[in-house]
Amino acid sequence: MTIEILMPALSPTMEEGNLAKWMIKEGDTVSSGDVIAEIETDKATMEVEAVDEGIVGKLVVAEGAEGVKVNELIVILLEDGEGADAMNNIASNPTDASIAKNEQPMTATPTMPKTPMAAATVEPDFSPGTTFTKQTVREALRDAMSEEMRTNDNVFLMGEEVGQYQGAYKISQGMLDEFGERRVIDTPITEHGFAGVAVGAAFAGLNPIVEFMTFNFAMQAIDHIINSAAKTLYMSGGQMGCPIVFRGPNGAAARVGAQHSQDYAAWYAQIPGLKVAMPYSADDAKGLLKSAIRDPNPVVFLENEILYGKSFDVPEGIDHTVPFGQARVWREGSDVTIVSFGIGMTYALEAAEALVSEGISAEVIDLRTLRPMDTETVVRSVQKTNRCITVEEGWPVSSIGSYISSIIMQEAFDYLDAPVITCTGKDVPMPYAANLEKLALVTTEEVVAAAKSVCYR
Amino acid sequence: MAAARKPKKPNINKDELIGYYRDMLLIRRFEEKAGQLYGMGAIGGFCHLYIGQEAVVVGIEACAKEGDQRITSYRDHGHMLACGMDPNGVMAELTGREGGYSRGKGGSMHMFSSEKNFYGGHGIVAAQVPLGAGLAFANRYRGNDNVSFAYFGDGAANQGQVYETMNMASLWKLPCIFVIENNQYAMGTSLQRASSTPALFTRGAAFGIPGEAVDGMDVVAVKAATEKAVDYARSGEGPYVLEMNTYRYRGHSMSDPAKYRTREEVQKMRAERDAIDHVRDLLTASGEVDEADLKAIDKEIKVIVNEAAKFAQDSPEPAEAELWTDIYA
Ligand SMILES: Cc1ncc(C[n+]2csc(CCOP(=O)(O)OP(=O)(O)O)c2C)c(N)n1
Ligand SMILES: [Mg+2]
Repeated sequence: MTIEILMPALSPTMEEGNLAKWMIKEGDTVSSGDVIAEIETDKATMEVEAVDEGIVGKLVVAEGAEGVKVNELIVILLEDGEGADAMNNIASNPTDASIAKNEQPMTATPTMPKTPMAAATVEPDFSPGTTFTKQTVREALRDAMSEEMRTNDNVFLMGEEVGQYQGAYKISQGMLDEFGERRVIDTPITEHGFAGVAVGAAFAGLNPIVEFMTFNFAMQAIDHIINSAAKTLYMSGGQMGCPIVFRGPNGAAARVGAQHSQDYAAWYAQIPGLKVAMPYSADDAKGLLKSAIRDPNPVVFLENEILYGKSFDVPEGIDHTVPFGQARVWREGSDVTIVSFGIGMTYALEAAEALVSEGISAEVIDLRTLRPMDTETVVRSVQKTNRCITVEEGWPVSSIGSYISSIIMQEAFDYLDAPVITCTGKDVPMPYAANLEKLALVTTEEVVAAAKSVCYR
Repeated sequence: MAAARKPKKPNINKDELIGYYRDMLLIRRFEEKAGQLYGMGAIGGFCHLYIGQEAVVVGIEACAKEGDQRITSYRDHGHMLACGMDPNGVMAELTGREGGYSRGKGGSMHMFSSEKNFYGGHGIVAAQVPLGAGLAFANRYRGNDNVSFAYFGDGAANQGQVYETMNMASLWKLPCIFVIENNQYAMGTSLQRASSTPALFTRGAAFGIPGEAVDGMDVVAVKAATEKAVDYARSGEGPYVLEMNTYRYRGHSMSDPAKYRTREEVQKMRAERDAIDHVRDLLTASGEVDEADLKAIDKEIKVIVNEAAKFAQDSPEPAEAELWTDIYA
């Protein structure tokens, strides 16, 4: 029996990777634990170890191959005493039966709409002549921090694994090299402690950027975020501010279970004294993070792991900032307003596209910042469309959507032709099982159904 | 082979040693299989393997009695197997299926067994430490002589709540064994880079808690030290700190670029300090056990692990109605 080694999934969100380097050649003997290849994912280059023993029969995927899908056959091992002819009927049939019947949880990752820019799409205003470059959200965030650190020595980054490790999600890649250990600071796993230390440094006039490996762990530090950072200006009668940014991935990644999948948008949006941003696109991520770093107030900046690897056009060569409290209209439409932010925009835009074929024209608004929140743009849109639905990943009770519907009721009641529908994550802790996780998350289909329902279709 | 250590005749009988060998091997083979299933996409999300650290949990469980509790972090598969939980149920939780200990709703990091007094499975670094002291509190409150084992890592040892807990545990003489599994790294951060002092066993000293550093790659040493700690806690003296010096062979989780240590360092630990090789040497050196006996055990374990993998893949996904259950009692 030959042994087939398949492209392994090396992280919760990996769907494909590049075969950076083979560490073995045909004819080599490998035993379990030997490194056979280096595989590059969007997050890291990782070594892959053999789990079985045998002789390398055939390297099916060439060194340098890009976009090799998880579970694709990459190498065939021969067991002791087997000749190369044992491989004959394999190469043509890359997945063996026992593997083919496994479900593939990695595909649960929602995909971006192919062309979110349909005819009715609105572009943000840039001065004529601005040029753009394709960047991932990850790169845009790094550039925002680096640019601000280059111009202001008071800005520094601290958090777990931000330095030598290059960031748990690779956001701070290369920053230790550029800025050194004074300004890119690895901390012990002491969220409560280092958040407090950073808040103190901000009281003293520095501009810390605190990276939480994910916002799930910021619950350990939430006392400092709220009691120390958000309230001190008020309690000191305006004497002592706290110019700090708390940032990191927020919300569900993929299959990481209840304690690692929470969306904190509504939590932080509730706190007076805090500002809260939750960008969707790379250009907004960059512009908002730069604004956040310059802001004299504490800012909670909610990113998303699934969005990190998505690419968007980002203006180059200019000091690109995006003001807080200004929503962005991604699509203009006349029948229904869809309001969302962060990863929710993925579903909102997909739904708007799907609704075209139903003859429903949807206007899609990205709030971009939740505190302050641009409810004016929402209300104005609802006055035009007379219908509204909201989309978010977080839980339904006291959600951002519930707040928006209360605003609409107060400010545009007479314009409404249907009740506002809030599409949210389900009211349950995030289950691990692939099928249940899918059910727990908000989906494009739910958004489409909600839009049809408010249009009475 | 454990070349660095001379197999000296331990004060322990052959059957006990064979039992440890079997338990450690089960953990290792189970974890290797889990790694394989992860690579195939059958297990998703985070998956933290215990390979290399087997002697710690097996040596400690050898000192536990009925009613003792255990609680740990996300690196929990070994603890569950060592306290007698069913490999099928554990593996099926890893694949997110109905047959899993949490019916697929917990995953690798969050499993529990009230039958075996296993209290999880916690994803927030160090959160299990006060919870473990709470289990000990319950023992004291009820006046029984059970102890609780609160396992945490070298990285977790820097969390503030650990010290709040130690103070209370000592103040209230809680029968809690704080087991620091010092595998030298917290993700990519080595002990020296995160801890102002390297001697973690002294971390309870300020609270009057005795501590001891133990060779966590030697199941016999682990058992001997734990016996002392457990006697102390059971007799009402209070908590105890055990720093188990050990090593994780695999990445922190399945997605670890492993740039923070050299391959040579890992290979050297494997070659010279491996906990399973060590017991194997002790057994064969005494002449009472031969290769054929050990091969038979290997085979037996292989069957259990393959069966678990099959069960975990054949078990159906949880019913959709499960989404809405277990939210309120
Ligand atoms: C409060 C918190 N912060 C950060 C993390 C992310 N994280 C998970 S494990 C880990 C390293 C923990 O190392 P250690 O305590 O030594 O345990 P080991 O993984 O070595 O068993 C980190 C930083 C987390 N889960 N919880
Ligand atoms: Mg550790």
